[in-house]
Amino acid sequence: MKIVVCVKQVPDTAAKVVVANGEVTWGDAPLVLNPWDEYAVETALQLVEEHGGDVTVISMGGEDAKEALKHSLAMGSSQAILISDPGIKSADSLVTAHVLAAAIQKVGEVDLALFGKQAIDGDLGVTSSQTARLLGWPAVTLVSTISEVNEAAKSLKAQRSIEEGRQNVSTSLPAVMSVVKDIGEPRYPSFMGIRKASRADIPIWSLADLDVDPPEPSVSWPQLMNPPERKITNEIISGDSPQEIAEKLADKIMEEKVL
Amino acid sequence: MAGDIWVYVDQFRGEAHPASWEAFSAAKNLQNELGGEIVGLVFGDQIKGIAEEAVHYGADTVLYADNPTFADFRPEPYAALLAKLAREKQPAVILFPTTTRGREAAAMGAVDLKTGILPDVVALEVTEGTVLATRPVYAGKLLSKAKCATNPQIITLRIRSFAKPEPDTARSGELIEVEPALSEDEIATKVVDYSDTEGGVSLTDAGVVVSGGRGTANNPRLNPPEGLDDKEAEIWRAHQGFKMVSELADVLNGAVGASRAAVDAGYIPYEHQVGQTGKVVTPDLYIACGISGAIQHLAGMRTSKVIVAINKDPDAPIFKLARYGVVGDLFDIVPALTEAFRERLGK
Repeated sequence: MKIVVCVKQVPDTAAKVVVANGEVTWGDAPLVLNPWDEYAVETALQLVEEHGGDVTVISMGGEDAKEALKHSLAMGSSQAILISDPGIKSADSLVTAHVLAAAIQKVGEVDLALFGKQAIDGDLGVTSSQTARLLGWPAVTLVSTISEVNEAAKSLKAQRSIEEGRQNVSTSLPAVMSVVKDIGEPRYPSFMGIRKASRADIPIWSLADLDVDPPEPSVSWPQLMNPPERKITNEIISGDSPQEIAEKLADKIMEEKVL
Repeated sequence: MAGDIWVYVDQFRGEAHPASWEAFSAAKNLQNELGGEIVGLVFGDQIKGIAEEAVHYGADTVLYADNPTFADFRPEPYAALLAKLAREKQPAVILFPTTTRGREAAAMGAVDLKTGILPDVVALEVTEGTVLATRPVYAGKLLSKAKCATNPQIITLRIRSFAKPEPDTARSGELIEVEPALSEDEIATKVVDYSDTEGGVSLTDAGVVVSGGRGTANNPRLNPPEGLDDKEAEIWRAHQGFKMVSELADVLNGAVGASRAAVDAGYIPYEHQVGQTGKVVTPDLYIACGISGAIQHLAGMRTSKVIVAINKDPDAPIFKLARYGVVGDLFDIVPALTEAFRERLGK
């Protein structure tokens, strides 16, 4: 199987992200491979281990996005490509999807394009669906299990995680998929993997290389701000027995009229 | 008509998702500023009843498609019809509830309509004829105000962020039936069946969430059955702890949440995880049991209306966000609290 995984580099989940002087900062917190995308890389590696083939990891961003790609290589991906171009600085989701769709086409003969559920910075969660739409491939999102991959018939089955439970679907390949955490714990990079990744030559593709002319971004975000401070009066409930504490606490909660 | 405000009504197996109705109050506010009619969109199989309900919640007109190809949600046929209708009628705004289905239909519809998408919005305002949408980013660590320069402006609304209007059964509106844009043989994905669909109140819709953390495994009074190794014994203890958490949730008609630490330790399935890499919840009442409050957990529940923390460690960061705190053993407090609510709520 030929699999492409689209990944993003983001500030670590433990980062304290704030807006200072109109700019987003996260102090000295590290930039990491988007945690949701780690599951997508893991999924790709498992599929290739079972069915053969190779995994290409793609990221769009500046030179520093190479770290996310190196992590993906260290986990075992075969190759990585960085898409970087001054023309895609303020990309909205549609621009991103245009660029990624073109990159997937350029890789060529791809059976499956995998995404994480969403990036933990912009929290949009629409890039996989939009990329699928542009490619004209079916989108199967929020996948927790993949089964019955049939390369000859170009089909597979997947279980999706939705509000009401699990939905079992079958679809044809090529397809776009986004995966959720249930798909399996991402592996740690091996020592050999890290060595290989550190020496890897990661090609950079520009918009001209992709032969794509993405639309003007229509979404802009003129304002970024810290959430309003919540004024919370903390009240510690104490008492002589758990029953007494529970009674007092239950009364306080009833008074809040939230039940 | 051009310039109308559309609301996509999400449904699962013939039942509207309640967050769809919340979108009608947002539509009403936009209508006050932008004018136009409020048009409901209902796609499904045997869903004329939902189309009528949409009128009660505020639709002036409902475009509904009643067809077996819409029996199960798949984004392709839904987006194709949505885009076809929007190209014909040129709405100014299309609102969706941010359910899994709403987000996907909106995302693909935006591609077909060559317009932008603003997902998971918590507030809307209109300045100089433009809709400005407030969206949490970095799991709510920051807020952004975003706008879309092209029409239709496609916006999905975070569940429980807009008031649900009272239905008015006396309201009347026009129901217009429309035909699907795709036939079944043009749709690659087939829905085979569903599993695990029974399970309780969904986290993102819940008015009350009771969550457990690593602390659920620390009951010193429990003796695990013979023959378990250390890890198995730990998980067994945690299951007993989560049983207490679920009992409290049941009495409050709430959902069960968990910290990432509890999910990663194998105490409870991932569906229950609240936080930056789990679900973001905004209940009226959030009770955290044995959760210390890592920044990634706080990001998923900080906008809950009333937060209660029960934890042994008085320095746990969760207490800073808590309206009410109890420094104590959750294995003492939680069952007593369940009992106290049983009396007060007559259960």
